[in-house]
Amino acid sequence: MAVTAGNKSPVLVVIQLTGGNDFMNTLVPYANGVYHDARPTVGIQEEDILPIDDTLGFYAKAAPLKELYDRGKVAIVQGVGYPNSNRSHFRGMDIVHTCEPESVGTEGWVARAVRELDPHNQNVLTCVNIGRGLPRAMAAPGVTVTSVGDLDNYGLMTGMTAQAQRQQALDLFKKTYTPTNGTGAVMDYLAQTGMNVLEGADRLKAAPAGYSSEVRYAGDPIARNLRDIARVHLADLGTRIFYTSHGGYDYHANEVPTHARLISELSTAIRDFYQDLEDHGAHHNVAILVFTEFGRRIRDNGSGTDHGSGGGSFIIGDGVNGGLYADYPSLDPNQWLDGEDLTHTIDFRGVYATLLEQWMGLDAVPIVGGSYEQIQPFH
Amino acid sequence: MPGPQLPLIAHLIRRAGFGATHAELETYASQGYEAVLEDLLHPERFPEIEQDILSRYHGTMDEDLGGDLHELPAGVWIHRMVHTRRPLEEKIALFWHHVFATGAAKSEHRPSMNRQIDMFRRVGLSDLRTILMELSRDPAMLYWLDNNENHKDQPNENYGRELLELFSMGVGNYTEQDIKMAARAFTGWTFKQPIPLYTQGSHPAEFVFLEDDHDGGVKTFLGETGPFNGEDIVDIIVKQPATARFICRHLYNFFVADEPQVPTWDQVPPRDPAAIDILVEAFVESGGEIRATLRALFSSQSFKDARLKRVKSPVELVVGILKLVGISDLPGADIARYADATTFMAQTLYDPPSVEGWHTGQEWIDGGTLTERVNFAVGEVGDASKPGIRAIVERFASNGAALSPDAFVDECLELAGALTVGDETREVFVRDAESDGELRFGNDAQQDESTGRIVRMLEAIVACREYQLA
Repeated sequence: MAVTAGNKSPVLVVIQLTGGNDFMNTLVPYANGVYHDARPTVGIQEEDILPIDDTLGFYAKAAPLKELYDRGKVAIVQGVGYPNSNRSHFRGMDIVHTCEPESVGTEGWVARAVRELDPHNQNVLTCVNIGRGLPRAMAAPGVTVTSVGDLDNYGLMTGMTAQAQRQQALDLFKKTYTPTNGTGAVMDYLAQTGMNVLEGADRLKAAPAGYSSEVRYAGDPIARNLRDIARVHLADLGTRIFYTSHGGYDYHANEVPTHARLISELSTAIRDFYQDLEDHGAHHNVAILVFTEFGRRIRDNGSGTDHGSGGGSFIIGDGVNGGLYADYPSLDPNQWLDGEDLTHTIDFRGVYATLLEQWMGLDAVPIVGGSYEQIQPFH
Repeated sequence: MPGPQLPLIAHLIRRAGFGATHAELETYASQGYEAVLEDLLHPERFPEIEQDILSRYHGTMDEDLGGDLHELPAGVWIHRMVHTRRPLEEKIALFWHHVFATGAAKSEHRPSMNRQIDMFRRVGLSDLRTILMELSRDPAMLYWLDNNENHKDQPNENYGRELLELFSMGVGNYTEQDIKMAARAFTGWTFKQPIPLYTQGSHPAEFVFLEDDHDGGVKTFLGETGPFNGEDIVDIIVKQPATARFICRHLYNFFVADEPQVPTWDQVPPRDPAAIDILVEAFVESGGEIRATLRALFSSQSFKDARLKRVKSPVELVVGILKLVGISDLPGADIARYADATTFMAQTLYDPPSVEGWHTGQEWIDGGTLTERVNFAVGEVGDASKPGIRAIVERFASNGAALSPDAFVDECLELAGALTVGDETREVFVRDAESDGELRFGNDAQQDESTGRIVRMLEAIVACREYQLA
């Protein structure tokens, strides 16, 4: 697929919820007695439910997401997981990043998709990560990802005020970051990264410069990051995949206030982001995936919830047929995995494959490492 | 005169500490490698950093009465790393902070976080049993991994799991059942808040063992059976061969050469198994003593061969630059800026991304973090009024004689920390220097021009690829 700035190719925005979002407390099985019995401490009470049918409802702090759901823009993928779910954070996150539950993978699924989208690294902005530190989903040898911590001050030698002096420093930088033979993988990687920064920074200047919007984003990190994504997307720089992370979901203890804050920030930021794109008529070719590394244990531990399985994802966009996809994991104690966990109903690789094939137009099999059952969330 | 040992000693000081000025390196070199190493391994031979100066500028560090939760302690720690006369004490505290990663974002309790890092300074070079026992009684850790929620009738296995997976043995050496048994053994290990929060300022919490919330029943853990308490669990853990190997691999990864990321260790063998065998032998022979293990590590050929081959962590990069340029020994407002700098490079002291700590090596580098690293380093070195830069310029000037472009470049690399760069990089620097001819200090105009050239060359050095490595 040709990658040129200015086209209307499909765009994917990935939002990673780091720490293990509690799906049961996001889309709540509020009418089920087992839910309330299992969660005397962290269970969401009836008055904090925004029902979508007579069994399930959004947690009230997700009201902005429910607005989008009511407009038919949100596909809820219920019961996402994989066999023998791993409860370690980094391993769990590694698995959903690399699609390799059995062995340790080093290539991320997003990176493999980027390799297909832009095999000759023609555009350093094909994939843009907004945030500090690069999640493994975007890491693979030879794949270029531009990682932006601060969109408004991105670039090298930005502290130098004398233009001639800065240009000289940039020239020297460029020469010392030119790949040389036989200096090893780390030096090669540094060289490639340095050259990409030079090119990416030059092109990203257009994003803050050309942006104006009526939407007032909140000041929290996920809102700021989604605003940065909006600014780059609206600058039409040929970015096909955006990625950002929202941290803090690991609430073994003190879950109630933490989850409330995070879900509120997340939902508000997504609603504002969607509004921003819609105002600019730039939402038609964007799909958002919200995912997490695992769900949480069915029973609470008296304060929070421990690492579990059977989480949930959201696919949001103008091209989406809103509604429920896959099945909500059974709450029947006889069906609990190992007597304590939700049994997943759809493999996370099927969710990725759905987006890769049906939205991005890529062959998902080599990217997610096999064929997995997909859902049909798009028009 | 720099002796043949100087580059190797500079390597030791970068790894066991955070680097040094060239004048300091010359003093170290005159003492010899073994003597310097013994001094590093015995921080108690040198005075502690003056706590009252830190206190005068930033209130008391422990019984803290307010201020920003995240920035200031991190800035104070960076200040300590720059100015301490006990560099390995700070470096080993940073090592344990990597391994026993505890995050202020959750604890929001600065005095206990400070206490934890102080504990790492105090016992970080002692034996692993002492360290794990202190850790298991550390209020910041108990709260971070929810052991205060680990009750006799409702176990919370978070601490039990991470103690085995991340803090001692590594995945693949125990079962889920062992985790549940460890969790039971640590029921009742919690903390109390002797002075209430907020009304009196925040004060450190204290460890407390609640007998009536402890599950004293019989447990089978790693093949041994008994009415185990947490102390017994630590005793059993420290004698496992897997523990020696796991801790030594961590030491190797932190002090010698980059290993694959920790979660792969149960499947990917070490890059240099023989090098880790040497550490394991020292660890076992000394009864798990970190000081003895590090003595073996820093004396090993694999360490000496690893010069400028490991990717610097953001903290190493920032502190190394500050050692080079020199900063005031009075901890002013700038220290918060230094803490921010490491955060922008993806490492926030006191706040690792999760209990699994930071991913290291090449993963420190991406477009965003490389940009931050280069911009910070260039910004600091570019200020010719900084004492360290002034000293470098004066050293050039005091020689007086005109310098050829070759000699100019080599001297800059030497004074920036006895560095070596690849032939191609050096060639780029020399070509650049050639365009301005010889470096001269004959008159004021030449002096000014030469100062500018030295600063620009130092900027190019700290921006180059090789400088990203320690």
